[in-house]
Amino acid sequence: MSMARLSTFGKWFSCGLLLAGAEIVSPPAFGNPPQASSSEELLTLPGEIGKQGGRIVVSLRAEPKTLNPLTAADAPSREVILGAMQADLIHINRATQLTEPALAKSWKVSADGLQYTLTLRKGLRFSDGEPVDADDILFTFRVCLDEKVHATQRDLLIVGGKPIAVRKLDAQTVVFQLAKTYGAGERLFDGLAILPRHLLEKPYNDGKLAQSWTLATPASQWAGLGPFRLKEYVAGQKLVLERNPYYWKQDAKGSRLPYLEELVFLFVPNADAQVLRFQSGETDLISRLGAENFSVLSRQQSSYTMSDAGPGLEYNFLFFNLNEPGEKTPPDLARKMKWFREVKFRQAISAAIDREAIVRLVYQGRGAPLWGPVTPGNHRWGNASIPHPQRSLDKARALLKEAGFTWITGPNGEPALVDSDAKSVEFSILTSSTNADRTKMATLIQDDLKQLGVRVQIVPTEFRSLIDRVTQTREYEACILGLVSFDADPTADSNVWLSSGGTHLWNPSQAHPATAWEAEIDKLMEQQLAGPSYEQRKKWFDRVQELLAENQPMIFLASPDILVGAKNSIGNFHPAVLEPYVLWNAEQLYFKDASGNVRP
Amino acid sequence: MIPPRGWKRWFVALVVLHGIIGCAGFFAPYDPAEQDRERPYVPPMRIHMMDIAGHFHFRPFFYAVQLRAGSFDQFEERADQVLPLQFLVSGARYRLLGLVPSRLHFFGASGSRIYLLGSDAYGRDQLSRILLGGQISLLAGLLGAGLTLFLGVLIGAAAGFYGGWRDGLLMRVAELFVALPWLYLLLALRAFLPLSVSPLRAFFLIIVVVGAVGWARPARLVRGVVLSAKERDYVRAARGFGAKNNYLLQRHILPQTASVILTQAAILVPQFVLAEMTLSFLGLGVPEPVASWGSLLASLQQYSVLVSYWWMYMPALAIVPFFLGYLGLASALQEDAGAGKIEKVTSGGRW
Repeated sequence: MSMARLSTFGKWFSCGLLLAGAEIVSPPAFGNPPQASSSEELLTLPGEIGKQGGRIVVSLRAEPKTLNPLTAADAPSREVILGAMQADLIHINRATQLTEPALAKSWKVSADGLQYTLTLRKGLRFSDGEPVDADDILFTFRVCLDEKVHATQRDLLIVGGKPIAVRKLDAQTVVFQLAKTYGAGERLFDGLAILPRHLLEKPYNDGKLAQSWTLATPASQWAGLGPFRLKEYVAGQKLVLERNPYYWKQDAKGSRLPYLEELVFLFVPNADAQVLRFQSGETDLISRLGAENFSVLSRQQSSYTMSDAGPGLEYNFLFFNLNEPGEKTPPDLARKMKWFREVKFRQAISAAIDREAIVRLVYQGRGAPLWGPVTPGNHRWGNASIPHPQRSLDKARALLKEAGFTWITGPNGEPALVDSDAKSVEFSILTSSTNADRTKMATLIQDDLKQLGVRVQIVPTEFRSLIDRVTQTREYEACILGLVSFDADPTADSNVWLSSGGTHLWNPSQAHPATAWEAEIDKLMEQQLAGPSYEQRKKWFDRVQELLAENQPMIFLASPDILVGAKNSIGNFHPAVLEPYVLWNAEQLYFKDASGNVRP
Repeated sequence: MIPPRGWKRWFVALVVLHGIIGCAGFFAPYDPAEQDRERPYVPPMRIHMMDIAGHFHFRPFFYAVQLRAGSFDQFEERADQVLPLQFLVSGARYRLLGLVPSRLHFFGASGSRIYLLGSDAYGRDQLSRILLGGQISLLAGLLGAGLTLFLGVLIGAAAGFYGGWRDGLLMRVAELFVALPWLYLLLALRAFLPLSVSPLRAFFLIIVVVGAVGWARPARLVRGVVLSAKERDYVRAARGFGAKNNYLLQRHILPQTASVILTQAAILVPQFVLAEMTLSFLGLGVPEPVASWGSLLASLQQYSVLVSYWWMYMPALAIVPFFLGYLGLASALQEDAGAGKIEKVTSGGRW
């Protein structure tokens, strides 16, 4: 079950913006939380003034594999690290999708765009009370860039083929030197957790970094800069985080955040079980809901409120196997790959798919049909000129005819599509067996294409073996998957669009781009990666979207809304369409009344 | 006419039930795969005799339904669109008993579709799916049971009749099969099969898999009967007169096993229907859009369906009369066998 949900998350493998995380902590008793002193430059957040205390419980659909931000690649680990334990130098605000100061109170970019000078906040402390200075930043970058560490964020820190050079000006100021301009600019720093040098330098020098921060590490050995720090980890059951008394944000009245005393993650692998727990009041927040469960919960809401935050960044799509047939390719598949490589065939399939029906029947209307990878939830990057053609079987038939396909009368009197060799056109679609939504999409597409005379078989497959077929053995015909970008910026999806990318699903990890349009996309993506201004980058990425729409390597289907729920007693609850949907402002969440804290 | 008694009564009931499923295409109003995307999860529609104005109609009728504005699964009746129930109407193409092409349906309505048992997530008619899904499930049960009994009789008779090391070997293998956790075996077996199989191939795979696993129990029962039968005086006498093994088996010994086989058949068929349902429920049976009772129930794995759409439970009710029929038949057969009635019938060679 967990993998299925994971499949929603594009970057199962090492796609760029794996949010790095932060750390966990827990020094033994330090007495009363220190009061904000004049030497500290706390970040003041707008928003409702909350009350101290309380505990929020949320479900996590799988046990996090690690809490180490360097190696966290799975969604649950990221959710914990990103939602509660991490802090970065510059942060992307999940609500506005824009960057804002975090650990760095300000930054300057040089005129040539190659040099970033960041000034740290004064008086920063890790959650164990140790002060933070420029050496921690230097150490973090040294570790992340070390090949032996295999940090998930390493690729991201190599700009223009060279690692970012980091230099310390003084204890509060750090200079980052890039080899090439970087289009996404300071977004680079989002999600890059600052590591505690005082805890990790020795193990790193001894080459024991991997062993030093594991789930078995006691709470006292962790330290981070996020709003919460590790209190207790019970394998298979729960993860308890407690308030970080040294956190560097305050509310408008000057009280140090976070408000909550504890944040508890329960490991509940089954989506339905998560719904039941939320319904019974055992958990306080719920996110990543399917539309059906959302409407079940909406029907009986009383002590909680369900809300639809609008379309997220997840895009679901159908894609065909566009790999070069090799010697090992079964002849049957090689024959079908000839159709798949015909662009008119793909356009025809796209024209025949009823996207509105997918939104209505799969998402109960809580979603948006898609004709490109940029969802309506992404405010800045969508190309408005991409056509949104209505479903048209006539157009599909015309395209197929142009591509040399014809129709014969099948055994039961229905028309059947045949190719130029008079072989009937049929193919199978892989879907993840535990993802009911995508299997439903496949069933609708099956019926859509039946009207074209194309026979489709649906093959629900275990998620891991599906990924293996798509990226390794490459023995499949078509497949439905979904990806979620971590950031609205197109750089986040470089791995999908670059022909050399591991997530370039229809033909991954190519040595040279197989087609002219893939070569053009490669060029555009590299240009925009280094692009000087938003307007210029947008132009290039618009062209990428046009190329995708023309060539249909992915037939985009639909994007679900982000559906969440929270107890009425929780204040400052503002779900975002970026991950982590409900916990992105965990430090500001609070209970409006004491009774909200009483649980059965 | 003499009223049917004992096992015959059950048998007649089963023939009627199977007849309905066999002619499912006729009784089902629609093509089971046809989607009505405007009407997902329509609850069973109400049959009216009185219209809103209070007038009585001799011909029962329905009101067409439409989605309530702003809702996904709440429907309301449209008083302005009356759909009279019609009998023997022309509709979707099907093959009666899988052979005769026809378009004639027992009932239907013109103008809009009617859903006697509601519709599923894609707006497919649940009644049609239950009826046609029954064909898959029952046929899988019948053919699977046939295959099992064939294997069981063959192996059981061989073991019992020839005895010695052959008996030992076959019965040890049988014990192995009895001890196997068959569900996991089925899952493992299915996993080895090719990735994408057409519905027809998937169907026969299920039958072979289901049939090949269950032979041990009937084989042991048959062996027991054969063991005792071959020591009977008349068998010895026949052997004394020079009868060959084949003749002995056919003429004297196998007829003795008839009651066991019949009882076993009546027990095995529902068991194998259930096996098919289990596989389909787990997504290992016939693929979409073909229905079987198991795959119809599979949607209940989702909590939201479980609590929202009660008519999705209907396929579970459909199997009840069949199971009652088969179990009734099995126990009646057993009683009759005890009273020696079966032997009378079977010795006439009529079974």
